[in-house]
Amino acid sequence: MTDIFAKHQGLREAYEGLTTASPRNPFEVVIERPISASVGIIEGRETLLFGTNNYLGLSQSKKAIEAAVETAETMGVGTTGSRIANGTFGLHRKLEAKLAEFFRRKHCMVFSTGYQANLGTISALVNKDDILLLDADSHASIYDGAKLSGAQVIRFRHNDPVDLEKRLARLKDHTGAKLIIAEGIYSMTGNVAPLDKFVDIKTRHGAYLMADEAHSFGVLGAHGRGVAEMQGCEDGIDFVVGTFSKSLGTVGGYCVTDHDGVDLMRLCSRPYMFTASLPPEIIAATMAALEDMQARPELRTKLQENAARLHAGLQKVGLKTGEHVSPVVAVTLETVDQAVGFWNALLENGVYVNLSLPPATPDNRPLLRCSVMAAHSPEEIDRAVAVFGEVAKHFGL
Amino acid sequence: MTDSVAGISGMIIEKLLANPKVPRDIDGNSKIVEDLAFDSLAVMNFVMEIEDELDVSVPLDKLADIRTINDLAACLHTLKAAHA
Repeated sequence: MTDIFAKHQGLREAYEGLTTASPRNPFEVVIERPISASVGIIEGRETLLFGTNNYLGLSQSKKAIEAAVETAETMGVGTTGSRIANGTFGLHRKLEAKLAEFFRRKHCMVFSTGYQANLGTISALVNKDDILLLDADSHASIYDGAKLSGAQVIRFRHNDPVDLEKRLARLKDHTGAKLIIAEGIYSMTGNVAPLDKFVDIKTRHGAYLMADEAHSFGVLGAHGRGVAEMQGCEDGIDFVVGTFSKSLGTVGGYCVTDHDGVDLMRLCSRPYMFTASLPPEIIAATMAALEDMQARPELRTKLQENAARLHAGLQKVGLKTGEHVSPVVAVTLETVDQAVGFWNALLENGVYVNLSLPPATPDNRPLLRCSVMAAHSPEEIDRAVAVFGEVAKHFGL
Repeated sequence: MTDSVAGISGMIIEKLLANPKVPRDIDGNSKIVEDLAFDSLAVMNFVMEIEDELDVSVPLDKLADIRTINDLAACLHTLKAAHA
């Protein structure tokens, strides 16, 4: 009998190499419980959380908690069905209407996760006769959506409008639809996409443009509508996709658009149709978090101040970060061993960040990925920077 | 030089040898993943460089069938001919 797991041998060797060299398994960190948005108990110790994507701290929003409790008590804890069968409650429709209004778009579809929002939107929009142009550093959910769609996939160099235009020019005789996909903020590096430039290009070449604002929704733009709002190019973005699991602190995903054709997506998007819809208490919490976010624009101001403080602090202690000041601040290291050692030392000294390893990172280099929150105090950021500095010194960096 | 499969194959090998980590004894029959120890991301990034050289784009689904340097050269040759 063929060993069904034989194909994972390479992965096993890499995994065992990594976990043998590390005092703890970096893939099995347990946050025993959060104490607040910025502090959790890990290995019995109070630990500063600098790797949660909880940008506005709304996972702990009082209003969202109250809404979830009240809804669970009155409606139960699940829908037990698909959106196109028994899984659409009044609340799902209400959230879609609220999000469409927030983004000033005609239509909104809510998905059960952010991952499924990309899978479901991409696979419904394009098929084998169409071409997808993806930023080379796209998230796995975009690549997986592309695969599910069956469309031809062409990568363009990360954040490079000139390269995108060159590749579109090669497709001038292509008769199928062309869909460009870029992210607002890139999750690993914090890089911000030049969406305004992509809009100019897509208009010239007769393509559609989809922006994944997962990490920029609630974070950038005067009203929190993301990079497109910040760069003043929202009208040129055909589809905006994002998630509730970052700035809104819950779970789920969405796609908003002005294209009326999206209505039929509800009947052909398999990741939308063939899964249970979000439980009512999650929808209620998400709506309350959205209201909280709209009512407290000062959270975004605080977040930007905190992002700048962490970015400048890490650079000051001599670490290599990206150039963009965004709530994702990634410290780039040279080797996996160095990154694993550094990450362990941070955790032992009370700071949790994400250890991101190739090939999930650009340029084959490991990253210590930090995400900042509005909920961090200046003292917490300074403490994290000081620990980074001490550990860097210890490792001779 | 890049009008034939052999020419494209030679150009690919020349580009690969510019990377000191690539074994010196590669030829057209070398397997890209096994012999060159490229992971999927490295393959995609390398193909991007070649695309620029030949002014063609290789859709990702085409890469799934490519194992050797000669396979890649043949794929690029077909795409380039279709664009000509």
